[in-house]
Amino acid sequence: MKTMNNAVIETRPQFVLERSDFNRLIEILHEKGYQVLGPRLRDGAIVYDELESGGDLPAGWTDEQDGGTYRLKKRNDEAIFGYAVGPHSWKKFLHPPQVRLWKARRKDLKIEVAQEEQPVSKKAFIGVRSCELHAIAIQDRVFLQGPYQDPFYKLRRQNAFIVAVNCGQAGGTCFCVSMRTGPKVTDGFDLSLTEVLEDVRHYFVVESGTELGAEVLAALPHNAANEKEKTSAEEVVKNTAAHMGRAMDITDIKGLLYRNYEHPRWENVAARCLTCGNCTMVCPTCFCMTVEDTTDLEGEHAERWQKWDSCFTTDFSYIHGGSVRSTAKARYRQWMTHKLATWIDQFGISGCVGCGRCITWCPVGIDLTEETAAIRGSEAPGRKEDPHGNGNT
Amino acid sequence: MARRGKPKLAVWKFASCDGCQLTLLDCEDELLALAGELEIANFPEASRAVVKGPYDLSLVEGSVTTPHDAERIHQVRRASKFLVTIGACATSGGIQALRNFRDVKEFISIVYATPSYIETLRTSTPIADHVPVDFELRGCPINKQQLVEVISAFLNGRKPNTPRHSVCLECKQREQVCVMVARGIPCLGPVTQAGCGALCPGYNRGCYGCYGPMETPNTRSLSGWWGRLGVKEQELVRAFRSFNAAAEPFRRESELHER
Ligand code: SF4
Ligand code: SF4
Ligand code: SF4
Repeated sequence: MKTMNNAVIETRPQFVLERSDFNRLIEILHEKGYQVLGPRLRDGAIVYDELESGGDLPAGWTDEQDGGTYRLKKRNDEAIFGYAVGPHSWKKFLHPPQVRLWKARRKDLKIEVAQEEQPVSKKAFIGVRSCELHAIAIQDRVFLQGPYQDPFYKLRRQNAFIVAVNCGQAGGTCFCVSMRTGPKVTDGFDLSLTEVLEDVRHYFVVESGTELGAEVLAALPHNAANEKEKTSAEEVVKNTAAHMGRAMDITDIKGLLYRNYEHPRWENVAARCLTCGNCTMVCPTCFCMTVEDTTDLEGEHAERWQKWDSCFTTDFSYIHGGSVRSTAKARYRQWMTHKLATWIDQFGISGCVGCGRCITWCPVGIDLTEETAAIRGSEAPGRKEDPHGNGNT
Repeated sequence: MARRGKPKLAVWKFASCDGCQLTLLDCEDELLALAGELEIANFPEASRAVVKGPYDLSLVEGSVTTPHDAERIHQVRRASKFLVTIGACATSGGIQALRNFRDVKEFISIVYATPSYIETLRTSTPIADHVPVDFELRGCPINKQQLVEVISAFLNGRKPNTPRHSVCLECKQREQVCVMVARGIPCLGPVTQAGCGALCPGYNRGCYGCYGPMETPNTRSLSGWWGRLGVKEQELVRAFRSFNAAAEPFRRESELHER
């Protein structure tokens, strides 16, 4: 991991790239053999998909988000990154929903297993937000830094070129400021951009975070940023930070949730929760998967597939005799407590980066910031003093 | 693998439209393999030649709506080692279970010139209400890949991969944009069992609930949200009262909104 030290960040030289030269970036990445992936309009949302050219970018569009609703809106300007995060995350490229792990074929009395070849494809991600960089770093811990590595994830990760963007506008369900994951991009990118829109000028303040990033920048028309341009870029991020759609008090969050395992609020949220699993699918850090074995009709071929799974299904906690988490209460509690508390024990950091997707894309608008606030606000007296932070027995 | 004798397959029809059993003939790519692995012993839609039972695998389509069928299903069960019901009719009573909510005698008197010729039951019921069923494959109609999966699992002695979770998980895994969140279109996906591949949301429509209730459906909460989207009580009744009207969670929810 690269350092998150602020002193290092301050010293990164800043450059200016004019909007009129921006589409060149995509061309250069294509020339370097990258498949370029980024934001574009599809089916009423800004999704992440392949970009053929700069013309595919959602220029002049934004989104309005709240619990359970998302609407595209026209902007008054031509900003290309003037939206927050949408239904997709970069997870779908780095940890795809379905992956075949191996194939096997019966040969006489033996079984021959063929490992799946993972094609190495270079992918460039355009418009990665700060919360998303933190989410990628979290998945890196899960897939690369534990006792076992996922070699396919590693390959995809190594071949990713990241163009990060400092958010110019906070979404209605964003709370990265509370989670200390944004909106300013600090690390983990090849290039970072701040989009600046002035009355007559539209440009980007650019930093490179790696040698590869510097190489790509060198191929683009650019100038050193002057003080005014630097300040304008700083203002953009400051303004975003001041307009978060949501907030979460994370003081002793682990202790809070551990103490309140039996809080009545869990029943309240269970009455609303559909156990549909959408929150886990859209969450950029949720990594759970299942493996499915299939055979063909003749029984000659078998395959093993890895698929995204969700702690909201009964199969997820099925052990001999039944599902351990049979109720919606048990499942929602497991999910939220894992994101915000047990994750810290497991991986040393929070499992939530405050992107707000689970709030927006929950079909009934269940909001974890609201749920934690409700629990904090109505903690049974006496609970707060629990010295061990794991009061329930 | 060489198996001792081919397992015998039978396909049975009760009150239904034939769509589900035709799915079997629609398995173009797999049809030859199917015929290679199974002896198609009784399948009137495909062949008039009928081989006597007992049968190793019986696929049962349709619901029970007549006294005669209520008898016949017991014969089918006795002749079958493994009985799989296919489709919404066989697993929940089908669209014809709309009669369960009304007086069927009144229908008969309106529709038929000589009502006395008609012998029918007051309700349309799923096969599992009459005999033990080994596996239920949902859908209106069933999904071809799921049917092949179930048969393949049967032939290879394993559990079929036919999850009972929501349509939403499939919808998201196909990278579709949620029509309810992004467009305010009412969708039954969160309370409906997966299996279709989230077909309708892929065409900007809400899910119609063809695969019946998912494992733990919270219909109350979803109805409440639909109300906020502007859906009227009467429309809620109709939404829950379609192909799987008699499936318990959907039946209960539709009755809650009936005035
Ligand atoms: S829990 Fe919700 S807000 Fe937090 S990272 Fe996941 S989707 Fe984003
Ligand atoms: S919190 Fe929302 S998105 Fe998550 S399972 Fe419950 S209803 Fe579905
Ligand atoms: S469109 Fe329907 S099925 Fe798809 S995620 Fe939304 S509610 Fe679920």
